[in-house]
Amino acid sequence: MTISQSALLEVSDLVKTFGTGDVATRVLRGLSLSLAKGEMAALLGPSGSGKSTLLTILGTLMKPTSGSYNMLDQDLIAADDNQLTVFRNLHIGFVFQFHNLLPDFTALENVIFPTAVRMGRETSAARDRGRDLLVRMGLEERINFPSTKLSGGQKQRVAVARALMNGPELVLADEPTGNLDRASASQVMELIGQINREEGTTFLISTHDEKIAGLCRRQLVVGDGIVTG
Amino acid sequence: MLYALKIAGRYLTASKAQTALLIVGVAVGVFIFIFMSALIGGLAEFILSRTVGDISHITIEAEIDDPAVLISPNDLDGGHVLFVTERGRDRTATLSDAATWLPLIEAVPGVRAVSPQITGAGFLTRGAQVSQVSVTGLEPGKESAILDLEGYMVAGTVRLGSGLIVLGNRLTDDLALSLGQTLRLQSSNGVTATLTLSGIFDTGNGGMDGARAFVSLSTARTLFAMPQGVTQIEIKLDDLNAADTTALRISGLTGLDAVPWTDGAEQLMEALNAQAQTGYFLKTFALITIVIGVASALLLSTYRRRPEIGIMRAMGASRGFVVFVFVTQGAMIGLMGGVTGAALGYLALLPFPSRDAFQAGTLPLDITQGSYGLAIALTLIGAILASILPARSAARVDPVTAIGQ
Repeated sequence: MTISQSALLEVSDLVKTFGTGDVATRVLRGLSLSLAKGEMAALLGPSGSGKSTLLTILGTLMKPTSGSYNMLDQDLIAADDNQLTVFRNLHIGFVFQFHNLLPDFTALENVIFPTAVRMGRETSAARDRGRDLLVRMGLEERINFPSTKLSGGQKQRVAVARALMNGPELVLADEPTGNLDRASASQVMELIGQINREEGTTFLISTHDEKIAGLCRRQLVVGDGIVTG
Repeated sequence: MLYALKIAGRYLTASKAQTALLIVGVAVGVFIFIFMSALIGGLAEFILSRTVGDISHITIEAEIDDPAVLISPNDLDGGHVLFVTERGRDRTATLSDAATWLPLIEAVPGVRAVSPQITGAGFLTRGAQVSQVSVTGLEPGKESAILDLEGYMVAGTVRLGSGLIVLGNRLTDDLALSLGQTLRLQSSNGVTATLTLSGIFDTGNGGMDGARAFVSLSTARTLFAMPQGVTQIEIKLDDLNAADTTALRISGLTGLDAVPWTDGAEQLMEALNAQAQTGYFLKTFALITIVIGVASALLLSTYRRRPEIGIMRAMGASRGFVVFVFVTQGAMIGLMGGVTGAALGYLALLPFPSRDAFQAGTLPLDITQGSYGLAIALTLIGAILASILPARSAARVDPVTAIGQ
């Protein structure tokens, strides 16, 4: 499959079935999707529609039962676990609903993890970038705070900074504001929008919230295992 | 993999109480290992020092030639005996060239002392009382070369000279002898000498204290009519465990039949081996306990940290990285527990007397046989092996499932 000129990624005919036989559940039923570089898209749909499964496959954390997935001219279906690990580290950032920070690490240590794990050590350049990202997230006072002592909104902003640490082309956000109060949710979304505009990072944000989806320039609706709109 | 080291260290310090408990558990296992090593080694040392410490480690004895047998030259197959020489009254063989061999034997590495001796039987007479004794003629100045006579002296001096005799306390009691008194010693050769009691020893060995008489080599020459040579050469080594190899070396060097103390001591060796085997079992069980403890603790840690492992994998940590983090934790626990246990073991053994000062009634713990390095190394290896299963389990964590937990 040839990826179009401006597309960052393209998936087509994605099928994902969990279980076998009578208990087999087909979550994705031939889903096709293309995301352009610099896009900021919302992924909408009811619970169980396959949004999270799609994000997981796009994040290379899971392989589909069938279908194709190309990103940055690489066939990610054919790649093995080691290749996917490296690809994920360099090109994809994650923001989860429950921040998922490493509890025994400070805010800065969490942010620089993706770089440190690749380099095998914490370089001063990584620390500098990590600090810059935290300052940008408005967390200059919390740089060396243990992650467990941060508020929910602060944790999610640290998670966004961590997702951006290696300068990925794609950030996948699964309900990034689902666990935040309205003010914190707005703050996180403002930051995401700012990064998208200034750095051209592609965001695909899964959400139930119409207001959050409204902040994105494109809305994709997933229903019954395919993109319906 | 500096970063993996940092994460492993952070995980250990994050749960200080749990880690401390784990290290203490490992340390206790290592302590038992070291204590058992010191006890088994010390016990073997104690038994050996009590049984063979005062005997010759290698003995060279003159070989007694069998009497000549004359066979008819015309009927070799039939073997008609024409004439047999009866054994004489004196069966004492002589190492006539002893003086030649002594410097050579003394120069063999590991040889601490060499004692040329003339031995034989005799009768000790004091008034109407007669007692049979085993007589040993020693070179003056080498009285304590093999048996620590000087250490066992309870009266008088060990120094042997012409006309002097040293006896055990049991014998002097039987004959009602005291220092300075004279007595007659008649050898199996029929030679009689009048000697003065110059020293009394008490080894605690009834046979030795009641039937041994020590005289000077020159007195023994007279008693046993042996103007030159000796009947045996006794050799003491720095390490009695080297007796077999040193005996072979001396035999090769001199052509004499050097017999190590281990010949004829099979039962003792079997007992010591059985004791050592028991020690190995106990130490192995201690190690198994350590391995199980570390493995179970790390498995629990793996389970508890599944979401974090999932996050790490999602952020680009390879399976190898995860394995390294958990194996490093195991290695750190093993190293810290091993060093702590070894240090505790050493400190606990310090108050016990050294191997040279073992006394009856006390635990013969030999601090030098604690096997500290071995204990640390085996614990480290055991902890690393114990961490492989949890580490592999951690590496197999599915990030999607783990993050969703």
